[in-house]
Amino acid sequence: MQTPGALDISRRDLLVASAATVTVAGAGSLAHAKTNTSAAPAGTKVSFTVNGERRELELDNRTTLLDALREHLHLTGTKKGCDHGQCGACTVLVDGRRVNACLTLAVMHDGDEITTIEGLGQPDNLHPMQAAFVKHDGFQCGFCTPGQICSSVAMLDEIKANIPSHVTADLTAPSEITPAEIRERMSGNICRCGAYSNIVEAITEVAGRKA
Amino acid sequence: MRAFSYQRASSIEEAAKAAVGTEGAKFIAGGTNLLDLMKLEIETPTHLIDVNGLGLDRVEPTPEGGLRIGALVRNTDLAADERIRRDYALLSRALLAGASAQLRNRATTAGNLLQRTRCPYFYDTNQPCNKRQPGSGCAALAGFSRQLAVVGVSDACIASHPSDMAVAMRVLDAAVETVRADGTRRSIPIAELHRLPGDTPHIEHVLERSELITAVVLPKPLGGKQIYRKVRDRASYAFALVSIGAVVQPDGTGRVAIGGIAPKPWREEAVDNELANGAKAAAAKLLANARPTEQNAFKLTLVERTLSAVLAEARG
Ligand SMILES: Cc1cc2nc3c(=O)[nH]c(=O)nc-3n(C[C@H](O)[C@H](O)[C@H](O)COP(=O)(O)OP(=O)(O)OC[C@H]3O[C@@H](n4cnc5c(N)ncnc54)[C@H](O)[C@@H]3O)c2cc1C
Ligand code: SF4
Ligand code: FES
Ligand code: FES
Repeated sequence: MQTPGALDISRRDLLVASAATVTVAGAGSLAHAKTNTSAAPAGTKVSFTVNGERRELELDNRTTLLDALREHLHLTGTKKGCDHGQCGACTVLVDGRRVNACLTLAVMHDGDEITTIEGLGQPDNLHPMQAAFVKHDGFQCGFCTPGQICSSVAMLDEIKANIPSHVTADLTAPSEITPAEIRERMSGNICRCGAYSNIVEAITEVAGRKA
Repeated sequence: MRAFSYQRASSIEEAAKAAVGTEGAKFIAGGTNLLDLMKLEIETPTHLIDVNGLGLDRVEPTPEGGLRIGALVRNTDLAADERIRRDYALLSRALLAGASAQLRNRATTAGNLLQRTRCPYFYDTNQPCNKRQPGSGCAALAGFSRQLAVVGVSDACIASHPSDMAVAMRVLDAAVETVRADGTRRSIPIAELHRLPGDTPHIEHVLERSELITAVVLPKPLGGKQIYRKVRDRASYAFALVSIGAVVQPDGTGRVAIGGIAPKPWREEAVDNELANGAKAAAAKLLANARPTEQNAFKLTLVERTLSAVLAEARG
């Protein structure tokens, strides 16, 4: 396990605090993620594709997909915010669909195709969504950004696939790309720096270019 | 997290047998609730049976004119299904009001029904909680109970059931199909799936330990105006304080179930007859036996007002 730096911890606290209304009202219990080290960990082999590359791992069953990516494959672009499904920092694509990598076990993904922020684009070859986030200042500290970008790429695909949302007025009509739709569909990604309006602008630009 | 062994089940029989044969075994579907609780060691299974490979991921028509929803159909896929959107809009709406897109992409039909309470003291292992540790007491009674239940509660537990989907299923009178380790199958009306806490709040439903949910069956469509309205502390990605699922017919008759106020989706068939008399009468009947705390008594007013808004929308 890595020892997170002080900055890392304060950021995490903030993200968790902001997500508190989704779990509990006011039971500030951050002392979790206990690990039982005494019991012999039971392991399982798993093989999946990460960013187009076949990876074979033998993992302690307890390893989340997030920890497999970060600690075992050293793909640290995907971030750990809350580790409880409340912030979206860990969003990756599994077979093209966005999921919270912190709430799924790595061994449950045998044969799956996983895409992380590193696979979407590289510094000299940015994905259009990455470029749009840079152009529109869609971040400040950047901690939520890999999750925001993975999420928004999959989100536009969901609209294209005509998956409705909570704010879709007519369930039988095709889905539209509006700021209200983008906001609702991106609500699973919390930004503690509050870069939301610029994030919506970045996504809107990419959506417009695509349409 | 405690160590556990892991098995990918490839048939329903294999899954049910493994569950009965291994003390401490649990099924894992989307994992979005179970893993969350395992990290906190609130759930401590010794063996996980992964049921994602069982092929229970289809929505099929039934001979009765309804739909059979496989237990592993993801919340996203169910909400987006053309037939659900057209004929059971209430269910689509309830699903889309829950969690986030990422979570709905993993969350399954069966897992959603069996998700556990979000009571803050159930989550805080330093606090007494009869549900987590039978006999230890209930910290919520004198604590933060804003999110918790006002009806169906007991002196031992006032936890609310957090599912939005279950509220819609209750309005639609869905049935839960299961298979047990000996191969026998049964169909449980959704009204009978969840148990009230009484003095055993740790027992939350009527399923046996090894009983696998295979499908949830919807009767034929009800028509009418279908509405799901959720009131919460923020506009998205938050659990309900109060939610209302309703089907209202042109003549003003209908059905209603309430979420966020009870240990299970709350519906009283007798109240349906009251709907034509307006929200005040219906809410009074629904909440006749309410036992709110000081912190959640506002829900009594909120139910009436939300119902009033729902009935107005249905008329409009
Ligand atoms: C941050 C956050 C916000 C959320 N917000 C909402 C919300 O607003 N509204 C809402 O309704 N929900 C919300 N949820 C909860 C979410 O909907 C549930 O976690 C999800 O539906 C559970 O489904 P799953 O398939 O992941 O279940 P799992 O975690 O895999 O399983 C849950 C339970 O069901 C059992 N189980 C699973 N499948 C079967 C089967 N086939 N037969 C028998 N037993 C089975 C498991 O053993 C386990 O006990 C939220 C969750 C999070 C983390
Ligand atoms: S309300 Fe129920 S779940 Fe919450 S602390 Fe009391 S016993 Fe536990
Ligand atoms: S780390 Fe916060 S949702 Fe996964
Ligand atoms: S959390 Fe800092 S940029 Fe979003």
